[in-house]
Amino acid sequence: MSDDAISDYYSDEEMEYNYSDPEQDGDDADLENEEEEDYAQFTPAVLGKRPLPWEVEYESLEPDKLREIVNKDVEHVAGIFGVEPEIARALLRHYKWNKERLIEQYMDGPERVLAAAGLPAQSGLPSFSNSRSLAATKKPATKSKSFSCPICASTQPGESAMALPCGHTFCSECWEMYITSKIKDEGECDVRCMEEGCAIRIPTAWMKKLLDSHTYARYQELLLAAYVADNRNFEFCPFPSCDLTVMTPNFSPTPSALSTTVPTVHCGHGHTFCFGCGEQQDHRPLICAVVKMWLRKCADDSETANWIKSNTKECPKCVSTIEKNGGCNHMTCKKCKHEFCWVCMGPWTEHGTAWYNCNRYDEKAGVDARDAQSRSRASLERYLHYYNRYANHEQSARLDRELYAKTEKKMEEMQIASELTWIEVQFAKRAVDELVRCRTTLKWTYAMAFYLEKNNETIMFEDNQRDLERAVEELSELLESPIEPMTITELRSKMTNLTVYVQKRNEIMLNDTAQKYQDGAWIWNVSVPDF
Amino acid sequence: MSLPKRILKETERLRNDPAPGITAVPHEDNVRYFDVTVEGPDGSPFAGGNFHLELFLPEEYPMAPPKVRFLTKIYHPNIDKLGRICLDILKDKWSPALQIRTVLLSVQALLSSPNPDDPLATDVAKHYKEDLPGAQAISKEWTEKFAAK
Ligand SMILES: [Zn+2]
Ligand SMILES: [Zn+2]
Ligand SMILES: [Zn+2]
Ligand SMILES: [Zn+2]
Repeated sequence: MSDDAISDYYSDEEMEYNYSDPEQDGDDADLENEEEEDYAQFTPAVLGKRPLPWEVEYESLEPDKLREIVNKDVEHVAGIFGVEPEIARALLRHYKWNKERLIEQYMDGPERVLAAAGLPAQSGLPSFSNSRSLAATKKPATKSKSFSCPICASTQPGESAMALPCGHTFCSECWEMYITSKIKDEGECDVRCMEEGCAIRIPTAWMKKLLDSHTYARYQELLLAAYVADNRNFEFCPFPSCDLTVMTPNFSPTPSALSTTVPTVHCGHGHTFCFGCGEQQDHRPLICAVVKMWLRKCADDSETANWIKSNTKECPKCVSTIEKNGGCNHMTCKKCKHEFCWVCMGPWTEHGTAWYNCNRYDEKAGVDARDAQSRSRASLERYLHYYNRYANHEQSARLDRELYAKTEKKMEEMQIASELTWIEVQFAKRAVDELVRCRTTLKWTYAMAFYLEKNNETIMFEDNQRDLERAVEELSELLESPIEPMTITELRSKMTNLTVYVQKRNEIMLNDTAQKYQDGAWIWNVSVPDF
Repeated sequence: MSLPKRILKETERLRNDPAPGITAVPHEDNVRYFDVTVEGPDGSPFAGGNFHLELFLPEEYPMAPPKVRFLTKIYHPNIDKLGRICLDILKDKWSPALQIRTVLLSVQALLSSPNPDDPLATDVAKHYKEDLPGAQAISKEWTEKFAAK
């Protein structure tokens, strides 16, 4: 700053910019000293078994565990370079936690690397460094009893002056306001000198000294967030107010990995999300990029498709209003007893047989369309076919849960009245959990089918989809059947068997799609950009 | 809240020792609000023009940058139709050590050296990149039309 405002400087000895004061590193020491755990212990439990082809390995981490992992990285680098942990941490942050690249470049020229990261040159470095020993603190040129801070333009007692090693001196109040606003307003944990164009980093010791406890806690949070943001193998659970982190040690969500894998993970608080795109649900078997396209399309066409989500329809035979209050699509009109499918409104009798065709869209209408108007009508019909089934499974999963919530109470009462143990009455809960899981798969298979080129692979895909759907509907129907003490044993064995079967059909679906992603066998009918 | 000493000092200096080609006068009823004029730099298509701007010092100033906007229409790749300016020191490169004076000098410097690679008015930037003499001619035309002294 080439200004007359800078006049008298005075730096207080206590406020020295010193990275190596052990007391000032106390916050890290607390964690570092805990127990000497090996990094290998952080590897996930699922590592023990081989992941299934449609799964990625992951581990859910509590905030403390994440901090330990970060500190391990910091200590490792600090040990190699022979610098204080704080220096190592700042270097790692500057290199986006890419340890290999940092070590390589640091060995080539530590001074350049330190300067680029906004750190003062270090004294007493190991032999590979030829750095001159620079004092960490520069004394301002003049000493006097008071000084004028160029930021607030006030004249202050000398004690309040604070200088970084660059020599830029401002009053402690201005430093505090500046650092606080960087952290609180900008969410920035990389705070540099206040002087224009000066890249010197503000050390943690200053943060500790100047910030109130709330802001300091926020600073610590931001440090962790920066680590997670810089590391491809870490992701925060996206659910609001959840503080867990998920780590995938053997999976990096690169565009090419995400073109063949759907990395569904669950945090330790039971939240399911996609490690690739952050969608707060399991969107297997459809890859992130196509999920994004589909969701955008649905949002754009929401008005056209709104009526589908309605809970009531008219009986195709007697036109009386029928409300859907369970997940099951097998509808029976209360008035005329006509049985039909909620999704395609066709007679239910056709659904139980081998030529069940409700899931497949007949492309003929589109092929025959000659003029633009009928082509556009055909394309809307095609979209509605898939959207209808997609939205229906989403809705049915919710209704299945609601229905179960009602029966759960009854089950509990029954457990008390009968010989059954608590474990034994859990079959309905297991069934509904599996049902919801499979409906989620089914939901996304419809979005997938919308974008798939018709060929032999998709015929097999639709066969698998149909088999899964039939099993799901059967289980869903069973869930609606009345629970009576007389028949509960029979119901239990029926439902348990069907649950196992449904689970198997789901695995077949996921396995087949995962396998064909690996083989590059899926052909999209649109161009799919990298995610 | 009384006006921080820093703002008083800056205002005083802007009045007593103005930077060449730049004026900044605070409003009587709001001393954080400045009427600004910047002369177009010689050798640029904006030469000869006198551009009006508004500058406002937010409550957080100097921890947060001042808000600056062109009021005179200008054909420049880094200034949009609403007069908003794309200048790094007014955003992430802001330092509390900068002042109203340095900010306005930077704005003036931006008139001498437009940066079409970091555009705010994309159509103007495109024009500047594809046909520099043609684009400069329009800048000159607008200067004569809207920024005449
Ligand atoms: Zn100050
Ligand atoms: Zn500095
Ligand atoms: Zn969670
Ligand atoms: Zn995803």
